[in-house]
Amino acid sequence: MTRLGPRAEQAAVRIVLWTFTAITVAVLVFIIAFVLRKGLPALGWPFLFKNPVDMGKAGGIFSTIVGTLVLTAGAILIAAPLGVGTAIYLTEYTWGGPVTRVIRFGAECLAGIPSIIFGLFGFILFVTKLRFGWSILSGSLTLAFMILPTIIRTSEEAIKSVPPVYRTVSFSLGSTKWQTVTRVVVPSAMPGIVTGIILSVGRSIGETAAVIFTAGSALRLPTSLFSSTRTMSVHFYILAREGISMPNAYGTAAVLVIAILAVNLLTYYLMNRFIKKYS
Amino acid sequence: MSEAAIEVRGFSQSFGEVRKLREIGLDVRRNEILGIVGPARSGKSTFLCALNRLNDLVRGSRHEGTILVDGRDIYEPGVDVVDLRRRLGMVFATPVPLPRSIYENVAFGARRAGVRGRACLDGLVRDSLEKAGLWAEVQDRLDLSGQKLSGGQQQRLCLARILAVAPQFILLDEPTSGLDPISTMTIEESLRRLKREYTIVLVTNNTKQAARVADRTAFFLNGELIEIGPTDRLFTAPDDPRTDDYLRGRFG
Repeated sequence: MTRLGPRAEQAAVRIVLWTFTAITVAVLVFIIAFVLRKGLPALGWPFLFKNPVDMGKAGGIFSTIVGTLVLTAGAILIAAPLGVGTAIYLTEYTWGGPVTRVIRFGAECLAGIPSIIFGLFGFILFVTKLRFGWSILSGSLTLAFMILPTIIRTSEEAIKSVPPVYRTVSFSLGSTKWQTVTRVVVPSAMPGIVTGIILSVGRSIGETAAVIFTAGSALRLPTSLFSSTRTMSVHFYILAREGISMPNAYGTAAVLVIAILAVNLLTYYLMNRFIKKYS
Repeated sequence: MSEAAIEVRGFSQSFGEVRKLREIGLDVRRNEILGIVGPARSGKSTFLCALNRLNDLVRGSRHEGTILVDGRDIYEPGVDVVDLRRRLGMVFATPVPLPRSIYENVAFGARRAGVRGRACLDGLVRDSLEKAGLWAEVQDRLDLSGQKLSGGQQQRLCLARILAVAPQFILLDEPTSGLDPISTMTIEESLRRLKREYTIVLVTNNTKQAARVADRTAFFLNGELIEIGPTDRLFTAPDDPRTDDYLRGRFG
């Protein structure tokens, strides 16, 4: 094979990379378009704001939207402080010795565990041993453990990327360690930390396996932390698997996809505002 | 004038196995500018960071000997390091404004020290910027990010930032090394004015700068203090031939 000339080589590389990018974008667009085309006909205010009737064959999906939001919010409320706190400890309060490495390695392993294993673990620990039953509490705790590694790792990377000299400057101006962490390090790392949290929100919203075992699949509106609830993704799974109503299943999927898009857009918006404010 | 504000006695500093300072002994007198000159890696910056205990932040940092600030050993166990760092403000070689507005950069230290109230902070910010010679240039854009200023302005912002914490001492670590001659001149003018209120230790790799602004000058070489004396004498009739060689530009 003869070598291409430098110009032809550049052109070839450009075309190959462009094709890769195009394939990626095309797959994404196809999935979204497919779900929306199948699902949009079912959408409308009644679909969003009415509770499911007859196992979901008729009516809307209001209670599953509420269930998804509550479970996700609960998971984030639990996992964000724990994860960010752990990341701060690992990066700011240790010198990076063997213990730190073990904790970090553990977090990485945890990130690779399939979500259904988390579901099983949550079922045994929260649902049966601790007697929380199929409930929002069990579901949120399980989701929280599932997303914890992601939050720890992304927060850690974000905190590590804050220039070390910011800390020196802060100390030299008479800040305590804690003031340095809360006033300099965390604000500078905030975009990265928020990105990690948003990724986790996305994962929680779409999670099925970990919640079906722990939050159950009740279609009633939840009334307390100990109510069982059904998320949109679980609803979709049951509607599709049991063949209850494919139109409503696609309608649910469309809402799910739109919700995740909305979360990402909102994040971009908030992040841009934050970055403008702090730099 | 001749009262010693800082007394350093037999002070050595190491990081891990590396010894950066050997048996340093010198005094810093109240309201003087003490210049510290010497080639790169001679321990000047390490010495400066020993005075406000910033060396503590480096892993494996060890020291021997004593440093008395206003007669009190700063390495005693009971010393409040946060308070110590407020009393000895530091300006670094590279100006590093924090990623916030000009106003918030100046107010940063004061806020951490518990100063509250808009009026109080406003006054403090203005005062500090005026002392650092930056007020006229930034008074109508205090909300601008501190990182958007020019290099010289950033360094004066860093100076204003420590003045807002009301220190007694100002430690400067090659404050003009990255600046153009005009900005350097502005900083040097500020220092001459500030001398009346503060005691200043100026580390510089520019011997001419020491000659221009320092009352006394110390010469460091390989972590040792070779000689200290009035700047005029050091530059005209130094005791040690190495001092003479360095100041005349024969090495370093």
